[in-house]
Amino acid sequence: MPDSTVAADRNVPYAIRAYAPERLIDALRKMYLIRRFEEGAEDSYTRGLIHGTMHLSIGQEASAVGACMALTDDDKITSTHRGHGHCVAKGADLGKMFAEFFGKETGYCRGRGGSMHIADVEKGNLGANGIVGGGIPIAVGAALSAKRLGTGAVTVCFFGDGANNEGAFHEALNMASIWKLPVIFVCENNRYGMSTSTERSTAVKSIADRAAAYSMPGERVDGNDFSAVTEAVDAAVARARNGEGPSLIENVTYRWRGHSKSDRNRYRTKEEIAQWQERDPIARMAAMLKEHGITDDEGIAALEKDVEQAVEEAIAFAKDSPVPRIEDATRDVHTPKVAA
Amino acid sequence: MNAQAGIDVREISYAQAIREAMDIALAEDDRVILMGEDIGVYGGAFQVTGDLVDKYGTDRVMDTPISELGGAGVAVGAALTGLRPIFEFQFSDFATLAMEQIVNQAAKVRYMLGGAVSVPVVMRFPAGSGTGAAAQHSQSLEAWLGHVPGLKVVQPATPEDAKGLLLAALDDPDPVMIFEHKLLYKMKGQVPSGRYTTPIGKAAVRREGSHLTIVATAIMVHKALEAAKALEDEGIEAEVIDLRTIRPLDRDTVLASVRKTGKLLCVYEAVKTLGIGAEVSAMVAESDAFDFLDAPIVRLGGAESPIPYNPELEKAVVPQVPDIIEAARGLAEGRV
Ligand SMILES: Cc1ncc(C[n+]2csc(CCOP(=O)(O)OP(=O)(O)O)c2C)c(N)n1
Ligand SMILES: [Mg+2]
Repeated sequence: MPDSTVAADRNVPYAIRAYAPERLIDALRKMYLIRRFEEGAEDSYTRGLIHGTMHLSIGQEASAVGACMALTDDDKITSTHRGHGHCVAKGADLGKMFAEFFGKETGYCRGRGGSMHIADVEKGNLGANGIVGGGIPIAVGAALSAKRLGTGAVTVCFFGDGANNEGAFHEALNMASIWKLPVIFVCENNRYGMSTSTERSTAVKSIADRAAAYSMPGERVDGNDFSAVTEAVDAAVARARNGEGPSLIENVTYRWRGHSKSDRNRYRTKEEIAQWQERDPIARMAAMLKEHGITDDEGIAALEKDVEQAVEEAIAFAKDSPVPRIEDATRDVHTPKVAA
Repeated sequence: MNAQAGIDVREISYAQAIREAMDIALAEDDRVILMGEDIGVYGGAFQVTGDLVDKYGTDRVMDTPISELGGAGVAVGAALTGLRPIFEFQFSDFATLAMEQIVNQAAKVRYMLGGAVSVPVVMRFPAGSGTGAAAQHSQSLEAWLGHVPGLKVVQPATPEDAKGLLLAALDDPDPVMIFEHKLLYKMKGQVPSGRYTTPIGKAAVRREGSHLTIVATAIMVHKALEAAKALEDEGIEAEVIDLRTIRPLDRDTVLASVRKTGKLLCVYEAVKTLGIGAEVSAMVAESDAFDFLDAPIVRLGGAESPIPYNPELEKAVVPQVPDIIEAARGLAEGRV
């Protein structure tokens, strides 16, 4: 929740006005954590410690962290195949995340799910998803529960630009709107669904324009600007909490890495990638905090060092953790009966 | 094999063989188009379409948005009206998003219209586990589609059949679903160049033997052959049948083999219960071949669980060579 709603100097970015310095420093820390976590995961993958594939969100950290600023642990999120950032932003434990990557029993899914299925139910993260668009109707269901049960919780539904062409997206937005549910649809438009650009896949210029078809507000923001993201999402969260229904927010951002481990990057240029790297959301956040006297170079250096250590410890925990027992391969298919 | 021009035989991969079939079809017939997610410049998630877009352009090698239901439906509509689409699902698991068009439309349109039309659509489904992609990207759902009258469902196990069955599918006037095991894409084998077809509905005896019949599909054919080789040293001669098509089933080949060996082991990767092994077993039990059985039928299939991520668990939930050896040995030695 924002710490202050006082309308101070309009030239000061929203995030600086709305949040206490500790919250902002924590947000920057989470952004660094996501970046280092993913670099660590990439490194572990290259060394053959991780099975399967993974989808890195490096370059998109402001969207994940910014969109979770106004949420409490009671609020829910649904995430995607590119979900490490969302998971960290919602407060996950890095050790359990790495353990999942390494297929260990101590991982979030006890080694059954891997990178693409990480969930952290205690913190309100209902899970990444291997199915593009799979989480969107689920988010609407979570919002329906919150409304019927009167919990006051909201759900932030993350999905990519590619997902906006799935039927599930359209069906889900329509239902959220007719039932006025407390859900915020956050489209992370990183300009490509795998190799297919939004220009080639999507009939509208801005995905936010699709909100009009479902009678909800739609807003397109610079997804690499932490403050812009929080400003848009916080307003949508407030609307949702007030019973005014859903919103659609489009965070325009960019993934620096390939789609997954098999990407030859033939559909975009090195120049394009370099241009977006200039707009590094973490560097911009750090600069903003420095400009407003919230931290300084020394503070940032300490933060980075601390994050580095946290990632190392998480990897060490994961490496030392036990693997699942083969006999348990089919455990958890059904819920065990509990004696009445 | 119906070799027409295929004199030159080379060693190429399963993926290359499929690409070659599509290349031949695109070159021969203007009505053929490829549709799917990231099959153009990306070359397909498993590099099956590869560089075909460079040769045939984006009008014939079409990237679709991430819209499986819509995309499959467009392919069905196009097939109904004069085109010959080959629709690639990025993973077979995503067929679940397109079930409506496959099951309610493609499979039934001809029947519902009293035979007035045909739907010559080909759909390709990369299937199976073993890549660490976990529960939503590793399934073997071929029996789901095998349950639907109106569809034909094939599972090529070799590069030669991958090419021949795709060309046969294109020649077929009705919808043909091709399940391709992802771990086979890189497997190499002898493949004739030029056009030939492998008949749909015809199994292949991959190895002759007299002690038991192993009926296997897709990658399990290779595992069964490996098991059969190992059993040879123990004096057990297993006959290995590659089913190749699961709808329609090649009754004659399976029954003839069972009459000869008197023992049947079915091996498939999909979940064991209600899978293809159940159908093959019932087919034998309902026939005169039943009288030739000297032992109960044995099935080896996937465990009753989704596919786990951890690599050891992932291996544990689908039949492996030692499992096949053990089951076959038990059957042959009369311990079942
Ligand atoms: C239903 C379905 N179709 C296709 C895929 C394969 N796939 C995984 S991610 C992806 C691209 C998704 O693009 P987008 O929604 O923009 O998310 P991004 O990867 O850019 O974060 C595709 C095609 C899938 N997992 N699920
Ligand atoms: Mg995208």
